[in-house]
Amino acid sequence: MNENLAVIYQSFPYLINGVMITLGLVIGALGLGFAMGIPMAVGQVYGNKYIFGIISFYVWFFRGLPVLVLLFLFYFGLFSLLGFKLSAFTAAILVLGLRSAAYQSQIFRGSIQSLHEGQMLAARSIGMTKIEAIWHIILPQALRLSIPGWSNEYAILLKDSAVTYAIGVMEVLTRANFVATRTYRPMPIFLTCAVIFIVLTYGGVKLLDLLEEKVKIPGYGEER
Amino acid sequence: MQSDNKIVLSVENIHKSYGKEKILKGVSFTIKKGETKVIIGPSGSGKSTLLRCINQLTVPDGGKILLENEEVTHHQKEINRFRQKMGMVFQDFNLFDHLTALKNVEIGLIKVKKMDKLAARKKAMEELKQVGLEKQANLYPAQLSGGQKQRVSIARALAMDPKVILFDEPTSALDPELIGEVLEVIKRLALAGMTMVVVTHEMGFARSVANEIIFMEDGSIKDQGTPYKMFNNPEHERTKKFLHKITELYGKSEE
Amino acid sequence: MDTITFIREILLSPLLEGTLVTVKLIAYSIPIGFLLGVLIAVGRVYGNKLLSSFCALYTLFFRGSPLLVQLFILYYGLPSFGIFLSPFMAAVLGFTFCSGAYHSEYIRGALQSIKMGQMMAGEAIGMSRFQVIIYIILPQALRRAIPGCSNEIIYLVKYSSLAFIVTCVELTGAGKIIASRYFEYTLVFLVVGAIYLFMVSIVTKILNTLEKRLEIPGIG
Repeated sequence: MNENLAVIYQSFPYLINGVMITLGLVIGALGLGFAMGIPMAVGQVYGNKYIFGIISFYVWFFRGLPVLVLLFLFYFGLFSLLGFKLSAFTAAILVLGLRSAAYQSQIFRGSIQSLHEGQMLAARSIGMTKIEAIWHIILPQALRLSIPGWSNEYAILLKDSAVTYAIGVMEVLTRANFVATRTYRPMPIFLTCAVIFIVLTYGGVKLLDLLEEKVKIPGYGEER
Repeated sequence: MQSDNKIVLSVENIHKSYGKEKILKGVSFTIKKGETKVIIGPSGSGKSTLLRCINQLTVPDGGKILLENEEVTHHQKEINRFRQKMGMVFQDFNLFDHLTALKNVEIGLIKVKKMDKLAARKKAMEELKQVGLEKQANLYPAQLSGGQKQRVSIARALAMDPKVILFDEPTSALDPELIGEVLEVIKRLALAGMTMVVVTHEMGFARSVANEIIFMEDGSIKDQGTPYKMFNNPEHERTKKFLHKITELYGKSEE
Repeated sequence: MDTITFIREILLSPLLEGTLVTVKLIAYSIPIGFLLGVLIAVGRVYGNKLLSSFCALYTLFFRGSPLLVQLFILYYGLPSFGIFLSPFMAAVLGFTFCSGAYHSEYIRGALQSIKMGQMMAGEAIGMSRFQVIIYIILPQALRRAIPGCSNEIIYLVKYSSLAFIVTCVELTGAGKIIASRYFEYTLVFLVVGAIYLFMVSIVTKILNTLEKRLEIPGIG
């Protein structure tokens, strides 16, 4: 038992460095997904049917394929085909981000559509253009409503980051495996690895809960 | 409204608290075969809690309940057997939402009384007929009106052949025009000799059907007596006030 | 060699074999995982303190950690305790345990959304708690949980690809092997992707039909 603890203790710094990589992946992917997801959601709600169709296809593709297949397809396939020489880390952020955009766009779309039609009508009636209305009226509300769904997306991305092991990204699981094969103590190392992920998952969700509280609009949604 | 001398249900000194709040402060009464006792009183007087203590859906902190001279309290292992003999009709109906009206009435017969499926179906249809709903047998609760739902729930309770039926404000959740059909059914049951305890605000009903009216306030029985006595000559001024207030609000709908 | 020939002569057969393995993997994991989810949810909501806490911890672990880590623990970790699982076994166990935790959360939410009155009415006619849970509460709760549980089942169809990483050669694995041998990553994985999309749409159709069949007016 003491030997197990010693192994964990010694490899901990190495694993924690992996956490940096993992967080880098998650934040990068969330960011990319966010930046793409919002315009995609707006496009689906307010755009014409061609835009809707294209975005729907994108969503169908990136949600329908397993993460692992997407990683293999892009990292070993498409990126080389198109001549990009990306590190595994960068490729991973791109793929996870493109995929997250598909999921996030649907979260935002749901929130936008749940808003009362009257919000847009009122904004137009005071002279705002569609774009201004979306920016100043619709999105501030929709984004707040999206936080729970977004929190879920964070948790999913965090766990999916482990799959990047398959293309050699040096995140937590890859490092854990490295240590386990060297020390012949797989169980304590992988359990520690699991605990690290659990802490990151629930810690992050808690933080997002706090964020939700902070940006809450007093009395919003409550019936009088 | 005939009565035998046999006591069916005996409630002895029931106490119940939730945390620091004492809801029932020593309530006792008995009821004989064929009798109908109506319990009235302001909200928060503990009437519903009392009913639920009788069939142990709520376990009292003190006191005894006896059904046909057998003690129900302190017999948690046997409680299912006792509950079969006590029917309960809830304010919110509590029909099993995933079952048709017929299946709602059947399920107790099949799963609890272990009746044969065909016999159970036959009996269930009879009970539905009794409450006037044989045409609605295959509808789901969501497709029934409030009055119909409550009548199904009465059929469900009746199907178990209980020795006593407990009604917890059976019409309080109904729209006014639906109250009549439910009271009709309950009245008929009373006249046919069913032993019943009814918690209600329906004064007209109480007057015409009760053998005895019990007035509860603040967790204990303040007054009891025949309808005539309670409406004309109660012992406590408070009783008179309450009865007249309620009659004003709800009207003398039945005579 | 042109694309069509490649697909027909080299790719198709191994991919179909791999698909078969995938189908076997999910055929075991989906029903057992769901069943496990029901047990965990019921234990969590209706069990005593000990059972409830155990179920909560179980859910915390299997939802908080990545599926891949769980697979590694089962396949690479257990041998140090003398338990040697085949890649297929390890994958099925991992999928079942993980899926069970996700199902249990959906089912738990559904159980808690059922009105208390249903339990009271069931007990009032003399049913035991157990009978009420089986005959009254679960039939309603499971219908409410269908959207969430369907979602989880679709996820499992896709995440079955992780079995490859613990050396169980299913569809993705078969694809990787061919792709590495012939340097045809893009083509191979587009075909692999197409097969997954096809599988997902079939499963979705099945689940939608199931949901329609089980519909009851007023529930859900």
